[in-house]
Amino acid sequence: MPERDIICIGCPMGCSLNVTVENGEVRSVRGNLCNRGVRYAHDEVTAPKRMVTSLIRVGDQGPPLSVRTDKPIDKALIFPCLDAIRQARVNLPVRRGDVVIERVLGTDVNIIATRDLG
Amino acid sequence: MKQQQKIVWSGADERKRQSKPFDGEKVYDACIIGGGVIGCAIARELSRWQLSLGLLEMRSDVSEGTSKANSAIIHAGYDAKPGSEKARTNVAGNQLFEPLCRELHVPFRRNTSLVVAFSSDGLAGLRELKSRGEINGVDGLSILSQAELRRREPAIGPSAAGALLAETGGICSPYELTIALAAHAVLNGLDLQLNCKVGQIRHDGRWFHLQTSRGPVRCQVLINAAGVYADTIHNQLSRQPIEITPRRGEYWLLDKSVSDAFSATIFQLPTAMGKGILVSPTVDGTMLLGPTAEDIDDKDDVRTTAQRLDEILRVAAKTWPDLPRGQFITSFAGLRAHARQNDFILGEVADCPGLINAAGIESPGLTAAPAIGIELARLAARRLNAPRRSQWQPAWQPPQPFRLMETEQRARAVRDNPAWGRIICRCEQVTEAEIRAAINRPVGAATVDGIKRRTRAGMGRCQASFCTPRVLAILSEELGVSRLELTKFGNGSRILTGRIGETVRSHEPPAADAAAGGLEVSHD
Amino acid sequence: MTDRSPQEAHALPSRISLLIIGGGPAGLAAAVAAWDAGCHDLLIVERDDELGGILNQCIHNGFGLHRFKEELTGPEYAGRYIEMVRERGIPYLCSAMVLEINMRREVTLISPETGLSQIRAGAVILAMGCRERPRGALGTPGTRCAGIMTTGTAQRLTNLEGYLPGRRVVILGSGDIGLIMARRMTFEGAKVLACVEIMPYSSGLTRNVVQCLQDFNIPLMLNHTVIDIHGRERLEGVTIAAVNPDTRQPLPETAQRIDCDTLLLSVGLIPENELSRMAGVPLSPGTRGPIVDQSLATEVPGIFACGNVLHVHDLVDEVSEESARAGRAAVEWLARMKRPAAAAETVTVPVREGRGVRGLVPQYLQLTDRASFSPDETWPITFRPDDVYRGGVVLIRADGKLIQRRKTRIMTPGEMVVERLKAADLPAGPIRELTVEVEGVPQHA
Repeated sequence: MPERDIICIGCPMGCSLNVTVENGEVRSVRGNLCNRGVRYAHDEVTAPKRMVTSLIRVGDQGPPLSVRTDKPIDKALIFPCLDAIRQARVNLPVRRGDVVIERVLGTDVNIIATRDLG
Repeated sequence: MKQQQKIVWSGADERKRQSKPFDGEKVYDACIIGGGVIGCAIARELSRWQLSLGLLEMRSDVSEGTSKANSAIIHAGYDAKPGSEKARTNVAGNQLFEPLCRELHVPFRRNTSLVVAFSSDGLAGLRELKSRGEINGVDGLSILSQAELRRREPAIGPSAAGALLAETGGICSPYELTIALAAHAVLNGLDLQLNCKVGQIRHDGRWFHLQTSRGPVRCQVLINAAGVYADTIHNQLSRQPIEITPRRGEYWLLDKSVSDAFSATIFQLPTAMGKGILVSPTVDGTMLLGPTAEDIDDKDDVRTTAQRLDEILRVAAKTWPDLPRGQFITSFAGLRAHARQNDFILGEVADCPGLINAAGIESPGLTAAPAIGIELARLAARRLNAPRRSQWQPAWQPPQPFRLMETEQRARAVRDNPAWGRIICRCEQVTEAEIRAAINRPVGAATVDGIKRRTRAGMGRCQASFCTPRVLAILSEELGVSRLELTKFGNGSRILTGRIGETVRSHEPPAADAAAGGLEVSHD
Repeated sequence: MTDRSPQEAHALPSRISLLIIGGGPAGLAAAVAAWDAGCHDLLIVERDDELGGILNQCIHNGFGLHRFKEELTGPEYAGRYIEMVRERGIPYLCSAMVLEINMRREVTLISPETGLSQIRAGAVILAMGCRERPRGALGTPGTRCAGIMTTGTAQRLTNLEGYLPGRRVVILGSGDIGLIMARRMTFEGAKVLACVEIMPYSSGLTRNVVQCLQDFNIPLMLNHTVIDIHGRERLEGVTIAAVNPDTRQPLPETAQRIDCDTLLLSVGLIPENELSRMAGVPLSPGTRGPIVDQSLATEVPGIFACGNVLHVHDLVDEVSEESARAGRAAVEWLARMKRPAAAAETVTVPVREGRGVRGLVPQYLQLTDRASFSPDETWPITFRPDDVYRGGVVLIRADGKLIQRRKTRIMTPGEMVVERLKAADLPAGPIRELTVEVEGVPQHA
């Protein structure tokens, strides 16, 4: 059975995972210290996902609005997602946690503000 | 004095003026090329006469060349060959320095110089230096025994055998001096032109015609204080060419936490092995090591090299065996304008009347600057038959630096203006008020380095990591330009390249399967 | 800054029970803990215009998994603590700088709003954080052009001010901020050409190597460094070279030039201890932070230290935990001072760095009457290994006798190790010293 060694990015521990894969399915995960590792290994083998954090420019002066995905998004969608964020317009004031883009790129992922602004 | 207060110095207006071409031809009685300490010293002295005066500086600020990157030593004058221009102007300049710095509100300290012999063979060399100094007219020279030396400078290396003490040796801030000289001249009518590089020059028997990057300039007396470029100016106008070689010197600067290591400037007695490396306190409390000496071809090449930086540490270790390597805050290099004849070239050029040279000004040029300024200004004024001005404005007084204030003064300053309570540079404790004042003053700052040399913001141990964003914001506000246009030191030295969210990105997908292989890193 | 005229500016009190210097994660957590422990006469002094410290510019995720059991970004983590501070009504002063402090805890500070104030504090918590090592400290030769800055400065310019410092980027050093900025610059359309690290391992977290470099095919060049810098005005390129793995000296024959307009430095963090020094607080050469006991008390009575000013952390969660301890300890100390008769005799037991251990904190334990410790009390002992160890064992001995042993999977210098010493495990009777050591085979020795 093919094996893969990956680093879990679920938390700062960065566990080295040994994953056995069969027919594109995860058979076993070793090396994880918590369940997050199992989930991560599964996603990473089948459909890798990442959190995306970025900025939206607000007006000509002043600080930009920092935003993030509210859950990990398909890795292949990172750059399209960044484009969507770049094009987003926000009305001030914004509060931490406000949804700035709903269901970005038609996924179930929202883009939320990570700071108060205005 | 009253007049001075009426004028509002606007950094924004000045920046606009300095980045535009001239409206037509500029005509001056006298025009100086070069805004270093020599050009500015001459300008200040010439502003005592009734004449129209210009100064053309190719960079975005005065003191952007040799005058910002040198040892900052005010030499006593024992070193130069008796009878040379160097010896004469050094000794005269040294005596002028203290009153000049007081008048211009520029830091200066007579911390004394010590030339140290690192073997008993060198003691004869010290006596020789002493008698040379006495011939040059230097006062306050004496020989120190090993014990006396060690008592004065306990950190000195174990092989130190004795020293020549020069009581008139001192230290100053060369860029602050240059800026203050320029500002004083501007208050008295100098037309300072920055970003103004001189190209072809023609003399028609009466007028010099200069082509510059900002437009044509015409003048009757032309003063060549162009530093390492002085030969390219001179050689266009005279059939007796001069040759100026850029001699690069590299330096290390150490944090002020080691400022108590030495109180005097410590020179090493030159030996067959080399001229040695000096270790000197600075007026700002940091410690300076250097310079090396390397003749190069490129008149703008102020890079540092691993080899020379190592050499400094190796040689300086003789003076300072406990040199703390964790305390470096920066390294830099400057060029000395070395003339082939190994002496200053001062005065009117024989085959080109009206052209006055201040060329080949290397060490002790900073010390000699006040004397050269007086001497060449007199020469130029005589040539133009200009009368003395009846009124001469006193020097510009910048606000007292916050870091040097007593607690009471600080409390008062912030009460009067809250901007004194906002610290922009935390290492050197520079306030917002000082930064704004450094922009809106005669010869104000328009660049990040310009702010640094006028306020010390960014000179400290964090090397501008903390204050750069804040200084950019204030500069942008005061100058009325976007932060994207701001530079470190003019021309193409832009600090920021764009705004977020506007960059066209390449639609590169993320690495398809990067994590799959585990940690793949090149280990070679 | 408010638009209040300076005459109306309110004055600060001349005496205060607890002064906290720094309103970043350390100062905020210390303040909240001190308040909750009953000290309500306190003040946080912050030099920036808002609370939150460096977290405000760390817009990436990865914070709070321990502390809040969810993954937050820096501003969100800071926001949670700022909320706690506001809910409690803990006083704070922004845009304020401490200018002077002495051993008697007399503090001079200045702000545009309050002017210059002198305050006598019952206790002080040092929470000033750290700064980045600049280029000058490395002595990298070359020109001194525009386009060279620390990653933290670049991060502030980008994330808080909305400006980009460059388009073609080389990063020297692989600290976490460097790795994070590699991805951030990539997201903003810049091309990050390489991350160059002189050591044989990254000094950042492994997860960041994966998600910030590998995800975007940014090469991590280990055992390499920048040996020259080119460009008269704006940076035009750098020369990099491999280093001899033993001496760390560059090998000139491996030199290669990379054309770039930006060099970002991520070459180490230095605890910002200028004020600590001014207060006469002795510092440890290992951590470059104050020498402290297990309650985070420095050797100057009434002055405590926590967060990155004490030692550089990798995780803000650990900063919060440590700082909360400092906050509580300061309140306890204030209480003890009110009834000096009750002060028990204490014994000082040094904690020493054994083989493989660097940057140990605390440097000593202050042991009072053993009965005063609750049996389940534990004290974190933190350090960094001197190399990468796989399957290494952390040993704690009291006067040579093994009292605690823990096997680890992997330890790297980029990740702080936290041991929890159980008070109950200390042997009865007097102890001369404790030692902490790593047993195992260093990977690069």
